[in-house]
Amino acid sequence: MTVNIDERELFKTKGKKSVNVNFENKVRGLALGLLIPFILLVVWETAIRLNWLDAYVFPAPTTILQKIIELAQEGTLWGHVGITFFRVLIGFLAGTFAAVVLGSIVGYFKWFEQLMDPLIQAFRAIPSLAWVPLFILWMGIGESSKVMLIAVGVFFPVYLNIVSGIQGVDRKLIEVGKIYHFTPLQIVRRIILPASLPSFLVGLRSGVGLGWMFVVAAELMGASQGLGYLLVVGQNTYSPELIIASIILFALLGKATDSLLKTLEARALKWQDNLQNQL
Amino acid sequence: MLKVKEATRTFNNGLAGFNNISFSIKEGETVGILGTSGCGKSTLLRVLSGLDQNYDGAIEIGGVGEQPIGMIFQEPRLMPWLTVRENILFGAKDEKEKQATIQEYLNLVGLSDFDAHYPKDLSGGMAQRTAIARALIGEPDVLLLDEPFSALDAFTKMQLQDLLLKIQKNRLTTMVIVTHDIDEALYLCDRIFILGGQPGTLQAELSIDVAKPRDRGDSFLAAKKAEILELLHIEKEVV
Repeated sequence: MTVNIDERELFKTKGKKSVNVNFENKVRGLALGLLIPFILLVVWETAIRLNWLDAYVFPAPTTILQKIIELAQEGTLWGHVGITFFRVLIGFLAGTFAAVVLGSIVGYFKWFEQLMDPLIQAFRAIPSLAWVPLFILWMGIGESSKVMLIAVGVFFPVYLNIVSGIQGVDRKLIEVGKIYHFTPLQIVRRIILPASLPSFLVGLRSGVGLGWMFVVAAELMGASQGLGYLLVVGQNTYSPELIIASIILFALLGKATDSLLKTLEARALKWQDNLQNQL
Repeated sequence: MLKVKEATRTFNNGLAGFNNISFSIKEGETVGILGTSGCGKSTLLRVLSGLDQNYDGAIEIGGVGEQPIGMIFQEPRLMPWLTVRENILFGAKDEKEKQATIQEYLNLVGLSDFDAHYPKDLSGGMAQRTAIARALIGEPDVLLLDEPFSALDAFTKMQLQDLLLKIQKNRLTTMVIVTHDIDEALYLCDRIFILGGQPGTLQAELSIDVAKPRDRGDSFLAAKKAEILELLHIEKEVV
């Protein structure tokens, strides 16, 4: 009896330990990731406090933080962040939608690829910022030209990844579907789409990255609100703390959306046999 | 059950594939197709399965089941994003109806405890057993097997061969097994077709009239093996 009880206790502690170890590992990973940013911030702050750098050109982190808090207290911060986020979101959705539709057809039908792909690749070769004047001429300095520019930026990485994802689907898996007399639609829905999901999610992540890049360009070219607009205001009013504050907000927002997609990716792809999913 | 009349399918200007093959298989029979590599035996199976439609000749498959053909490939070919259970149900026409019987198939292939696992967590043998269950759940009239166990280790291979025998006995499934393993063919098959040449033609047909399950070391089977080696123009092993 006593032996049994001992064993059970042994297992209990083992279980607890493994949970603790898991948690510790996570905390350690997080701490490791924050180490260098923290050191940089401290060095930066000290450099300015000791007058190694001119605070008018290079404001201290605390000054920047104050600026952000000030904006938040004024209430304008949420408007700027919100509109920028909204533009990225709409542009991202529009670009992704177009990329999914076109990419699926191009990936699946050889003849459609031959028909459309050269044209799409030629468009891809155009630096996307070159569209800015044209979009402004066509759509004015309103929301539509901005969203359009972001959508164009998001479209290409998503499109390329969908096409290569679909074309990379293992023929052997498709044959399994053929054995069961699947219709082409069933083959797409039950084999091709799930099999190309990893590639699609990679496309989404780089698409979001480009979306944030293009929203800056869109807001620089003329906006009355948004983080990009704050950049322009900061430049015109000679307030570097405002510029750096919006840069930091961009970094935080970009990181947040990327983490969101990364979590989604990990959830959706837990079946993948790769390094990430190793125990 | 399965009739093939003067079927021909060649590639590379008639140098690969098979030429003018005719045979017929009775219901419940297990037929092995043996041949050296490049004689078109896998092509023959692809034609029978309907994956390759560019053949000449006629192929008739009797049977009225919902699914005439089941196929087991050399690799398990499981969908990596589906669990074992979902993979087995993958081809089922009516998934709800099959939900009731899936436990039976999981038991049959010995994977009841693994039904929620993804293929990445399975061993090669377990993955192939999942593929076998997937092929069986549609109750195919003819089960085609393309070198089904050639990628597995010797012990797993023997286990799965016994599993096939059990299935054959319980369900009287008609089976066509393409293999390059003579022992496997002798252990499982009622008849063995020898394919040879490029393009491959049917060179010989052997009946193995020994009751199953057979003894792997049976002297009659050893004699048959020598005969097959002779037919395949492979010299006997030096003892």
